[in-house]
Amino acid sequence: MLKIENVSKSFGALIAVNDVSFNLGDTGISGLIGPNGSGKTTLFHLITGFYKLDTGNIHFLDQRINGLPPHIISRKGIVRTFQQTRVLPFLSSLDNLITAAPNQLGENLLPLFFQPSKVALQETQNCEKAESILETLGLLKLKDSPAGDLSYGQQKLLEIGRVLMADPKLIILDEPTAGINPTLIRHLVTILENLRDQSIKIFLIEHNMPLVTELCDKIFVMDSGSLIFSGTPSEVQNNSRVIEAYLGRMADAADA
Amino acid sequence: MDYFYHILIICLIYSIFAQSLNLELGFTGLYNFGHIAFFGIGAYTSALLSLNGVPIPLAVVGAITLAGIAGALLAIPTLRLSGDYFGIATLVFAEMIHLIFLNERDITRGPMGLPNIPRPDWIGSGISSLPLFLAVTFFAATITFILLRRITNSPYGRSLKVIREDEFVAQALGKNTSLIKTKAIVVGSVLAGLAGVIWAHYITYISPADFTLQETILVLLCVVLGGKGTHPGPVVGAFVIIFFAEFIRFIPIPSEYVRFVAPLQGMVYGFILVIMMLKRPQGLISESRKFATTNA
Repeated sequence: MLKIENVSKSFGALIAVNDVSFNLGDTGISGLIGPNGSGKTTLFHLITGFYKLDTGNIHFLDQRINGLPPHIISRKGIVRTFQQTRVLPFLSSLDNLITAAPNQLGENLLPLFFQPSKVALQETQNCEKAESILETLGLLKLKDSPAGDLSYGQQKLLEIGRVLMADPKLIILDEPTAGINPTLIRHLVTILENLRDQSIKIFLIEHNMPLVTELCDKIFVMDSGSLIFSGTPSEVQNNSRVIEAYLGRMADAADA
Repeated sequence: MDYFYHILIICLIYSIFAQSLNLELGFTGLYNFGHIAFFGIGAYTSALLSLNGVPIPLAVVGAITLAGIAGALLAIPTLRLSGDYFGIATLVFAEMIHLIFLNERDITRGPMGLPNIPRPDWIGSGISSLPLFLAVTFFAATITFILLRRITNSPYGRSLKVIREDEFVAQALGKNTSLIKTKAIVVGSVLAGLAGVIWAHYITYISPADFTLQETILVLLCVVLGGKGTHPGPVVGAFVIIFFAEFIRFIPIPSEYVRFVAPLQGMVYGFILVIMMLKRPQGLISESRKFATTNA
């Protein structure tokens, strides 16, 4: 599905991502972990086209996607959320979702004048789809509220709903559970597991280790820009390099 | 009464101009500080073509087409710039166009301007033509209003607002943001050109001094005061501002002070703009947060 080959990216003297290669294969939910500053978010920006890579190649469904602009990569089926939630605060929750619908005829000017009924029909269908997504997220009663009025956790859910609206093949989530309460985290886990059952692939960055080991089928570990290990959750937990690089520091933090 | 007709015509021309800016500034969040350039291109093109014997309807079409092309030419390089830099680039563009009007004397007659711009025979000239000209302007303003409402109450209009709120999100959701913004600028420029065309054939005399930053600030004020991102906002803003501008002409000022007070006119608009920004940034009419075109 997603294959990353020898990808590097530097910002001046800082090597943010250093010769990283891996293949997501058919894994349902893949996790990317690593200490802060290890290059995880940079890698996500490279995959989604928001950063240009210095070297290497990224293939998605056997097509090279590096060098393509972000909107083309998104249309190919890789849809992302952002680390800091980025809902559209002045648009209603419903509009936040509808806007993500793919191939909207009414986003072109001429059909607005020459095929208005077709545009309206598509809009109605998208509206129904958005409402059903809002319902599964438990946000339906907030559909007319400006997204900016939602709680932080609800905004995180709304962002995931927005991604789903885009008919993704691969969802890229940057810290989906950061800053949301345990009840919402359980809700989110259910949603992600349902997506896996619908064979939508998920690739996520997450710091919540119990959650990562519970949810992910495969885990990739980065440290200082390099991929240092990949394997199943139990392999990762027992690998001394990973413990040293990541879990070890977590333990230090817990002691402190 | 004739004076009243005159003011209404000016209000309606400015309402077209303000609505065209609102598409860029209000809906898309593009701070175009050079919008007067397209008004000027429309006015000069239509004036020059009709003065050189081109039938007026063709001159009008030529003028708004050229304004649209100029919009695309401005959009393609400047849309790479973000926020403030886009504003500066458009400001410079308007100054360039102003200098072309001023210095290409062989074509534009430079500072002497273009007098005796013809009008269609069926409208005629002089005071007796005012009601008919008013009707034509009203028609154009109404068409503009309907056109822009159709364009913005749509998935396209929603994508404009998404770009305004967060361009990265728009890209992450598969929106070709440069193309969408370019279209907005082209449509905005065509309609600004239309306003300029009507202006030129109404006043029948244009000169480079009519197309300066001062006019951009005036139209900016119409949009911001009326309520950016709303449909009636810029229309309301244009009427309020033009009536206000006419009203201050009648403030009795002793003639010996006029030369000191007259330059204050520009300051008054700036002052209103600052007050609005502080006290009511959303304008007289505020934007509804609910969109859902299906409910329209």
